[in-house]
Parts: sequence; C-alpha cells; structure tokens
Amino acid sequence: MSIILDKVDYVYSKGTAYEKKALNQISLKIEDGELIGVIGHTGSGKSTLIQHLNGLLRADSGGIYYNGRDIYEEDYDRKELRSKVGLVFQYPEHQLFETTVFADVCFGPKNLGLSRKESELRAFGALRGVGLPEEYWYRSPFELSGGQKRRAAIAGVLAMKPEVLILDEPTAGLDPLGRDEILHQIVSMHQELNMTILLVSHSMEDVAEYVNRILVMNQGSILLDGAPREVFRYRRELEEAGLSVPQVTELMQELRDRGIPVSPEVTTRKEAKEAILQAFSRNRQG
Amino acid sequence: MNFIEARKLVHEYIRRDEEGNVEGILAALDGVDLDVKAGEFVAVLGHNGSGKSTLAKHLNVLLKASEGTLWVDGKDTLDDKYQWDIRKNAGMVFQNPDNQIIAGMVEEDVAFGPENIGVPTDEIWSRVEKSLKSVGMLEYREHSPNKLSGGQKQRVAIAGVMAMEPKCIVLDEPTAMLDPKGRREVLEAAGTLNREKGITVILITHYMEEAVQADKVYVMDHGKVVMQGTPREVFSQVDRLKSYRLDVPQITLLAHELRKEGLKIPEGILTRQELAEALCQLY
Amino acid sequence: MLRDITIGQYYPSDSVLHKLDPRVKLMGTLVYVLSLFFFRGAAGFAAVTLGLAGMIHLSKVPFRYMVKGLKSIAVILVLTGMFNLFLTPGEPLASFGIFKITEEGLKSAAFMVVRLTYLILGSSVLTLTTTPNRLTDGLEKALRPLNRIGVPVHEISMIMSIALRFIPILVEETDKIMKAQLARGADFESGNLIKKAKAMVPLLVPLFVSAFRRANDLALAMEARCYNGGAGRTKMKPLKYEKRDGAAYLLLAVYFAGVIALRAWLR
Repeated sequence: MSIILDKVDYVYSKGTAYEKKALNQISLKIEDGELIGVIGHTGSGKSTLIQHLNGLLRADSGGIYYNGRDIYEEDYDRKELRSKVGLVFQYPEHQLFETTVFADVCFGPKNLGLSRKESELRAFGALRGVGLPEEYWYRSPFELSGGQKRRAAIAGVLAMKPEVLILDEPTAGLDPLGRDEILHQIVSMHQELNMTILLVSHSMEDVAEYVNRILVMNQGSILLDGAPREVFRYRRELEEAGLSVPQVTELMQELRDRGIPVSPEVTTRKEAKEAILQAFSRNRQG
Repeated sequence: MNFIEARKLVHEYIRRDEEGNVEGILAALDGVDLDVKAGEFVAVLGHNGSGKSTLAKHLNVLLKASEGTLWVDGKDTLDDKYQWDIRKNAGMVFQNPDNQIIAGMVEEDVAFGPENIGVPTDEIWSRVEKSLKSVGMLEYREHSPNKLSGGQKQRVAIAGVMAMEPKCIVLDEPTAMLDPKGRREVLEAAGTLNREKGITVILITHYMEEAVQADKVYVMDHGKVVMQGTPREVFSQVDRLKSYRLDVPQITLLAHELRKEGLKIPEGILTRQELAEALCQLY
Repeated sequence: MLRDITIGQYYPSDSVLHKLDPRVKLMGTLVYVLSLFFFRGAAGFAAVTLGLAGMIHLSKVPFRYMVKGLKSIAVILVLTGMFNLFLTPGEPLASFGIFKITEEGLKSAAFMVVRLTYLILGSSVLTLTTTPNRLTDGLEKALRPLNRIGVPVHEISMIMSIALRFIPILVEETDKIMKAQLARGADFESGNLIKKAKAMVPLLVPLFVSAFRRANDLALAMEARCYNGGAGRTKMKPLKYEKRDGAAYLLLAVYFAGVIALRAWLR
C-alpha cells in the first residue's frame, strides 16, 4: 500500500494575471504506516500538495497512484478516495455545523452510506480516538474550547476510517498545552491504529520530535526529503527557504565550533541533553 | 503616576441559561494589579482563557471593570468622558489580521483612525506616510489588503494604530495566526516602535520567546497575575511556568535540565548564545 | 464561477473618466439611463450610440473586456427578446403553432435587447472606472441631502464599502469550507433540488458562523480605532470638483438636451 506521485505539476488561476505555478514536477513515494512531516513556509505549495493526495485538486500533468491504481483513470471512484485519504484542513473547527458534536462526527460516515448504527459506532470510536471526554459529546460544538473543537473536527475525519490521515497545521492558534496534547494524540493514533499520517507544519521544532521523515517544500518543489537528522544537515538550504533548524541543532553546531566535541546530528532536546552530558563526562574522565 | 495603573481590577461575566436565569458568575479578571511606565515594553503571558485578552480590552476601554480601578495616561477608564481620549492614546492590534482591516486599500485603511478623530486632510496624508514607513509597508500603500501576507497585514494594522499617534500600543496575540516569518516581522515592528519612537508597548501572547525582548513580564493564570519581573527573573522558574501551561523556550528548558543533572549553569538562560557561552566556560 | 462576473469590477487605468469625480459619473449614469428611455427614432438611437461609444472610448477599457461582462446576463437578454418577439400582438409575419411573430414584435424585441445591452454597457462604465471606495464616497456625498429626512447616508455607505472589502474574503472562505466538507464525503452536485438544498446546510451554517464572528471582530476593531459614526469625521481623500468635472457636467447637459430635443422634434 502506498501513494506515488509522478512528476505532478499544478498551476493556479491558469490563464489569468495571477497565474502561479504551485507544484513543479513533484515525484514522491509515501509508504504504508509512515509518519511524515511536511514543512514549508506559507505559499511553498504544501497545502496544494496535500489537496492532490485525496483528489480535491487535479494535477495539470503527471500521475498519482493510490495503492497502485491511477486515481485519474476514468472509472476510478474519487469519492471513495476522499474517504480513504482523510484530510483535516487548517482551523478544521470552522467546518462544524451540527447541533451536537456527536451528530457532527456522524456526518462523514453517513455520507459514506453507512447505516445509522454503524455511523454512530464509528463516531463513538473516533471521539474516543481523539481523546475528547464524553461529557462534551452531546453539547453544541460552539460551546467547546478551541482545543476541544479541534479534536471534534479531527474526529469528524477519523470517523471515516481513512487509511491515510493528513493534517494541515493541526496546532495553529492553540496554546502550548493544547498543541502538545494534539501532537501526542496524533502520534498515539499513528501507533495504535497503524495509520499513515502526514503532518503539515511551518514549525521545525514541533515536527522534529515526532516524525521519522521530513519533506521540505519550497517554491512548489521538494527541496529536501529524509530523516530529521539528515534534513537538518542542510542548514543553509533551509535558511534560504525561509526555514530554520531547531535551536538545539544550532546550539550543537556552535558548541562544536568552540571545541566541545558533541554530535552535530541532534534534533531534539532530549538528544541534546544526552550529547552534552556525554561530552562533559568524557572531559572529566580524560 | 505610571502610564498604566490597575488596582484590584475585576471583570465578571454573567453566565445565563436558556431562560435567562443567572447560572453563575465567571471572573475573567480577579484582582489584577498592573503597573506600566511610559516607554516600557511589557509582555503579558498566559494560556488561552487565562484572562490576558480580557485585560487587554480594558486598556482600550472596550470592556469596563466590574470592580477596582484602572488608570491609563492619568485618566480613569471608568469615567465615560475619557473613553475616546484613552482609545486614541492606547491603540490596539488584534489577533485576526483579516478582521481588523476596514478599507480596500492599504493607505485608506491606515487613514481610518485619523479620519475618525477628525484630523485635517493634509495631516492625514503625512501621518499615513510616516506610519506606513515606520512598519516598512510604504511601498504597499496602494495595494489591496487581500493580496498581502499575514505578517504584512498585521503591520498595516499596526500602522493604522500608529497613525492616531498614540502613546501606547496594545497588541493582543498579534502573532497567533502567523507563520514564523510573519511573527518575526510583527515583533520587529513592535520592537522598533518601542526603541525608536518611545511608544509604550504591551504585548499579549502565549509564546514565551516573544517576551524575551520585554522590559517586564507578567504571567497570568485564572484571571490573576501569578508572576512578574524581568524576563530573566520569570524564566528562571521553569517548573512554575510549566504549571501555568506555558511553553518554555527549548533552550531555557535544556539549560534547566542540564542544571538538574548537576552542571553549574546560571538560572534564567534565554538565548542560544548565552547557553553556549555558559557551557564553554564550564568545559 | 463567481469570479467570472466582470460587472462591477474596477479596471485600473488613467483615463479622463477614471479621474472624474464620482458624483459626475453617478449623475452621468443617471442621465444616460434616462436618455435610453427617452430617445426616439433613428436619430435618437444614433445620439445614444454616439454617447455610449464616446464613453467607452474615453474610459480606455478594452471593448472586448466589457463585452465579456455581457456573457453573464446573456440568458436574460435572450429571454427578454423572446418574450417581446412572441407575445406582442399585431400583424403576423410568420407563425409556428401557437407562436406567431409580428412586425411589432420583431421591432420591440430588437428595441428591448438593444436597450438592455446599452443599459448594462453604460452602467458598467461607471463601475469599471471607479474604485468601490470612490463610488461609496460619491454616493455618500451625493445623497447627503437625504440625511435631513433621517436617512443614515454615512452608515449606508460605510456598510457598502465594508461589504465590498469582505466579499472576496467570504468567497475564499466558502471555497475552503466546501473543500473541507467534500473531504468528509459531502456531495454538493448530485440529487434533486431538495437534496441539493439540504446539502447546502453543512456549507451555509459554518459560513454564517464565520461571517458573524468576523462582523463581531470588525466592530470591536472599529470601535478601538475611535469610530463613532459619521459626525466629526474628516477624509483622507475628500471629493473636490475640478475644472474637468464642470466641463463634464456641461457635456452631459448638452447630451441630454439633444436627446430631448430630438424626441420633441420627431413627434
């Protein structure tokens, strides 16, 4: 099971004064069960890219293959694709419309043509999955706090039981606690449900701790693709793309420059702590 | 007297059920004391729902206290006759860049405030030019706001406040909806106004890194001020900050953890350079 | 789809018409529309055509661009034409079953279609050459006398200019919500009318919620910037008549007198 993109091009507002090439020859393979961070500044093409993965936008040229089948084939069921590749947009709470949270989460499964009972079972599972306490399920979505609304909205996509889940800036506008809670929830969903997850973000630091592969987008192309420690080696390229490496990675570089032999391949705080302590204990012994 | 002085400020929201009966009273502000000197850069930190935005709205008299007193620029906010005077002198920038731009052209939006307070036409033009220049947006004066980035829109909003020539500017989570580049742009603009024009800046935020450049930091939780002091004093208490659901910068946290492991690093490290320096001296 | 409508969209250029005071252009449009109802005979038609051609030429807006705006109302034009063609009583020229075409019908159909086309082309010259803000400024000032009888002229024009600013934002938002619901399996296209109307609920509820939230935020932001209604406000770009505006008024008077005179003379 995989998603393959082959030389995908996409142009916005074709034929008008605002014409802009949003995707430029994107080739990419996403394997089953991966947890990928998609990074890029605003306008780098990352939002355009993810809308291609579930068929909401159609490439101007190139091909997209989901589980080996061309999604642009005439008889391909693109509506089903949208349920297999769940997409949670930025500020997803803006799409809530039902009178209760529970009814809202049922919307997706019902659209799939499932029975009422089956839809409710799905909603039940999804709300559990995002960790929203039961006391909020039968309230109006508009009474919930920002973080709770966001969970409810994510549950709305999760209830469709997608094989791939894509989240566009899932932490935007949340405070630190809300942000950590959502990110932890996503990681645990990845582990428990064995889902392929793509996490779109403009923050390196948020993503570095959680994902095992990073895609860096810049001007509609993929600039870098690899494990966090590999990607963060390209500090200059990242800076040119308007991004920065995590502060701890920079710190390690600075320490090495000043003669403390720590590993430069550090991307999280925990790794940094261990690297520094190691260097200091070796220093004392030697 | 300080430029802003709040004493035991209380703001209560009354919650009603569907029939309009009082269900309960919620204190968004619960006895807040605040002192800001003219020309200071003050950061107010707190998680969502800590009462920091409610406090911000009092400084501009968009809300009025239920109890206590608040004086801005020597004027009592509870006295209706000062309402416009205070609003003019304590301008406000909000979170959502789209929902505070009124006109369809950048320069016309900046002119909105001065027009409201009856500034003569010639002076409006010079003020618009000056304030757009001070936030680095002069070349966009004839653009439509819809075509600007989030950071640029927020700078236009700041220019709109500056054109009223206030003594103080209150920024209510101005960066919450921006990407890192936009955040930097807005913070730089605010810092420049404070340093070069002597404008008092009050920055409401939940990002601690943004408070590093402040002269003074207030931390709010449950409608109360729970910590105050210089950034260094406040940020050295990492465990307390975490208990108020705040995001301690990665570097400060790392320094704190290394201290716990026995390395003799000073408290309250704020930047990468400081930590590198401290580690090199120990090594 | 919404983006295809060119009526009412400003076309930037530096023509004389662009520079004219919006009050002159409002008055001009009014006079032009009146003249469309007053003219008579071939001479009158020639005068009106000349007037329209002159305006379009002066505006420096490409004619093709203006005609594109007509496309969106082609259906209305055709319908009006058909009604007049088939439903006007008189001497039949040809007939198909219950439908018959009369000479009078042919005339009045041609007349109506031309009149409507001229009306739309002429009034689009106004919006093509005037920014929405100048237009509302012009309206506010031109309608100021109505203030005395209690019409809130300033408020109306403020509402108009805010609406113009937020239309593109709300169009974009509609697009976003639509995509978000599509991603949850919503179907906006298939089914009968009732089903389609029902399918709009997940789109309209969030859109209204968002519009109200924006309105709330905006009201607060305006208040924070000392907005207190129209009283005591000054303007960054006040409307001031220039020499060319006087000349334009004169030209308008001559044009209108000409059309009226032709009508009287042809009687």
